[in-house]
Amino acid sequence: MSKQTLIPIGPYHPLQEEPELFKLYCEGEIVKDIKWETGYNHRGIEKLSEKKSYDEVFFLVERICGICSTSHPFAFANSVEEIINVEITNRAKYIRSIIGELERIHSHLLWVGLAGHFLGYNTVFMWAWKYREPVLDLFEMIAGNRNNYAMFKIGGVRRDIEKAKIPAIQEVLALVKKKTDLLVGAVTDDPVFHARTKGVGVLTREDIVNFAAVGPTARASGVDIDIRRDDPYAAYPLVNWKVITSEAGDVFAKAEVRLLEMYESISIIEQCLEGLKREKEGDIDVKVKHIPEGYGIGRAEAPRGEVFHFVVSDGSNSPARHKIRAPSYTNIATFKKSCVGQSISDATITLAAVDPCYCCTERLAVAIDRNNGQRIMNAKEIIEHSTQITNRLLNNE
Amino acid sequence: MVLEELKKTFGKEILETVTKNDRRVTLTIHPEALVAMTEHLYKTMGFRFIIASALHTRRGFEIYYHFSFDQTGLILNLLVILDNIKPEVESLSNMFEATNWIEREMHELFGIDFLNHPNLDQLLSDGNWAKGVYPYRKDFKSKGEVQQ
Repeated sequence: MSKQTLIPIGPYHPLQEEPELFKLYCEGEIVKDIKWETGYNHRGIEKLSEKKSYDEVFFLVERICGICSTSHPFAFANSVEEIINVEITNRAKYIRSIIGELERIHSHLLWVGLAGHFLGYNTVFMWAWKYREPVLDLFEMIAGNRNNYAMFKIGGVRRDIEKAKIPAIQEVLALVKKKTDLLVGAVTDDPVFHARTKGVGVLTREDIVNFAAVGPTARASGVDIDIRRDDPYAAYPLVNWKVITSEAGDVFAKAEVRLLEMYESISIIEQCLEGLKREKEGDIDVKVKHIPEGYGIGRAEAPRGEVFHFVVSDGSNSPARHKIRAPSYTNIATFKKSCVGQSISDATITLAAVDPCYCCTERLAVAIDRNNGQRIMNAKEIIEHSTQITNRLLNNE
Repeated sequence: MVLEELKKTFGKEILETVTKNDRRVTLTIHPEALVAMTEHLYKTMGFRFIIASALHTRRGFEIYYHFSFDQTGLILNLLVILDNIKPEVESLSNMFEATNWIEREMHELFGIDFLNHPNLDQLLSDGNWAKGVYPYRKDFKSKGEVQQ
């Protein structure tokens, strides 16, 4: 056996902004084995949840992930509403689906940008992230926050989407649709992108079943699963859309699935906006007084796949047990199959292809002046600045 | 229909059936039957493993194995109840990879032993956590709670 070299990626590395350590055991250029260490960021959220009231748990689970921050409250709301056996109003359903799909669009744009960046195709990175901004501005207009929107509660949503805001949303959707065409062209017409992603990091249908992978990772290997259709919730049964799948199972197929899913998301939001016009304004929640004993299972299709929440209630005002399974938990384990046998340079894009969760909290990075070390803004000024921007967006200036 | 087929094959092993609605069913089973039932669900009937949730209750350690049947949206929970003093059950990780991490996690946080698991190393704490102390057990008290 020839000598193996250990190439570490992480715990802190430009590829994986979150702390995770991948150890690539290589012979020459070829990855022969991969091992990983996780847990650098274990926050004990399941245990913490048992100490919080049901209303507080929403804010806690929203902070599990910075990118898909609504998918956990979505699944948690579904699970608690299953315990109570309550049906929310149609208007709340439409609003929930709009938030979920806007999030899918911005998350997929983020991934496409990063994929381009890892391949040295920085034009795609710049474009994708540029057109992600208007979607985040929409969130600020609807919820007051770019991330962690705090829109969900048991029995409905916290804020309405009034009629006056609908044209602004439609305008951004039209822009994103046009720019998705641009990105699809930039990806599918580029010979370098084809060469770097086709046949790379292939996962077969059997691998997906073996690792129980979910979301675009599974759908890119021809496994036709999508919780929005299979275990319907919110407004998804009320609108027309289709599940996107691809057969090849390589990185290119995963990019293809994500890009085409964005068109479906835009279509879902457009239909939900039409639905909102039919429903009475302000009818966004039903009052819930007591959460009885029992258990509830809530699922939601996050941008990365199925989010699963299992809540056991003992009749008190906090969960007796709260189990959370994020999609990356099963998807990351597939690296054992997809990276082995690849070259080191292909391993990076393969690791990124399942879209392991990144955090985007870099908004305040310019607060210190590099030349003299002085703070450009203090905490109070930052909050005032942020409030001004929010007000400007709310007033559509 | 799925349930009927399962009852026909494993009738003796099922202790209790709780049907919450047509998409949520829980079967309490003998821990010894877990591997055979999972194999049947996974290989013959095409169920997908989602995750397993451990609970520490008055009855001992309970593990819900959640399986999804994506054609109908059914979630089938296999519930095994393990001894409070010496919780152990056969590992499923020799059958498929999907349970590998969660069994390691339950071993680390609850102290449940999974027999014949290929590698029961710590998943989350990197060896810096005290041996024999399991933070997700009900009798665990954190530093702050002890001081109060």
